[in-house]
Amino acid sequence: MTLPEGVERRSIAGDQRLATRGEPVYGEPTADGWRAWDARRSKLGAMLEREMDTGLAGGDGVLYLGAASGTTVSHVADFAGPTYAVEFAPRPARDLLAVAANRDRLFPLLKDARTPDTYAHVVESDLDAIFQDVATRGQAQVALENRQFLSDDGRLVAAIKARSEDVTAEPADVFEAVLAELETGYEVLSTERLEPFHDDHLGVVARPK
Amino acid sequence: MTTDRGWFAGVDPAEDGEAALDAGVASVRDGSTDAPADWPAIAVETGFADDEAAYYDLLHETTMAATRAAVEAAERADDQQLIHRLRAMDDCDRTANELAERVAEWAGSLGVEGSGLDLCRRIASRAVEASSDAQLDEALVDLATRAVDLDEQAEALRTDVERTAPAVAPNLAALAGPVLAARLLSLAGGLEDLARSSSSTLQVLGAEDALFAHLRGQGPSPKHGVIFTHEYVAGTDPEHRGSAARALAGKLTLAARVDHYSGERKPELDDQLEERMERIRARSAADADRADANGADDGEPGGDPA
Repeated sequence: MTLPEGVERRSIAGDQRLATRGEPVYGEPTADGWRAWDARRSKLGAMLEREMDTGLAGGDGVLYLGAASGTTVSHVADFAGPTYAVEFAPRPARDLLAVAANRDRLFPLLKDARTPDTYAHVVESDLDAIFQDVATRGQAQVALENRQFLSDDGRLVAAIKARSEDVTAEPADVFEAVLAELETGYEVLSTERLEPFHDDHLGVVARPK
Repeated sequence: MTTDRGWFAGVDPAEDGEAALDAGVASVRDGSTDAPADWPAIAVETGFADDEAAYYDLLHETTMAATRAAVEAAERADDQQLIHRLRAMDDCDRTANELAERVAEWAGSLGVEGSGLDLCRRIASRAVEASSDAQLDEALVDLATRAVDLDEQAEALRTDVERTAPAVAPNLAALAGPVLAARLLSLAGGLEDLARSSSSTLQVLGAEDALFAHLRGQGPSPKHGVIFTHEYVAGTDPEHRGSAARALAGKLTLAARVDHYSGERKPELDDQLEERMERIRARSAADADRADANGADDGEPGGDPA
């Protein structure tokens, strides 16, 4: 099992849980300064729980697309290096600000992940990882357009939501189509369905080609 | 604006703190560039920051301030402001058209033919001539100019509504279109009121006269209010318009609730609405195919699977 440095399985409140070290954010249980990472509330948490190899080492430069209110991004910022958090909707972005307030290498941005030119003047190039969790149609397109931020050996770690692409189609068919489009710019390294933590989601790890 | 430069280009950290921060905030919010670069290294090279750690400290301070300002601006674009804009737009529209009618009547008496705002534009730019002995009255030119100005103001307000409605109610604006979304908010009194309305209330918003007449026993129950302007209702054949209105109202109610309680965009709502409409329209098509006048199937299934 290859957890990034800074992510550990700890005994918290009687259970073995994934955890990171940092200020609590959403009322999660803590022990000795470690905060439990709830895989049901976090797709990346679910991917780590499923033992997917994300290629993350700890201390990485990260672009997080679809940060929402910052639940997952708070854990990422705990173990990663400079973390750019892009969120489109103002209301969750306000919660994201609270998360970023006591994490000095977390940079919140109220931007649209579909238009990277509006934040390319802020987000640096050659990042180690892009996390993507955007509930919008065209998730493969978002990943392709943001590929420019990744280093050659960087990783795309994406949670693909079938219902965002096509609510009527079979999730398996949707995933196939999204992966096919993704492969025009990425080499897909591994995929994993995220049930039972998240229904109709596919975890994807890929690197630029 | 594409600069091919980092957000800190043009920001002088030697300036007093506040001015530098303001410049950085403006750049983060409104700047853009074609491709990312190694901004931390460039910032150190150009002397913006002493070292990488100092750069990241500045970046944190600036992105926090920029995002806070952007969030606050988006939240100031609240439902009440949107409603004022929409009502002002309607007032300008209505007044412009009333004035245009007056202008046409007056101009007709001077032998100038035409109607509407087109005529006003021609008179305002003095592109018309009065018949022989009559003179184009200056007061008439003034009035026409005012009508044209009001029409332009209505257009500007419409653009405003189209821009702010998606910030106030992203899902409602996506499903209903920004102007209809604003109209529903206006009729309900605000986003919270709309989110608390039942779908049957939303369905007849704007048809209050017909609804109360119906409740007094003086007419059929209205099938739709202002949502009639939505293509999914207006574009469905009358036989199935009630179903379409009910389905649309159901999804718009959901959208308003998501907007009020979470504020996050949920594109799957669009798909669900599309799917429902396809089913209703397939029914219309099937009816047309049958083409037998064997009594009207009212085509109204039970509840709306919201």
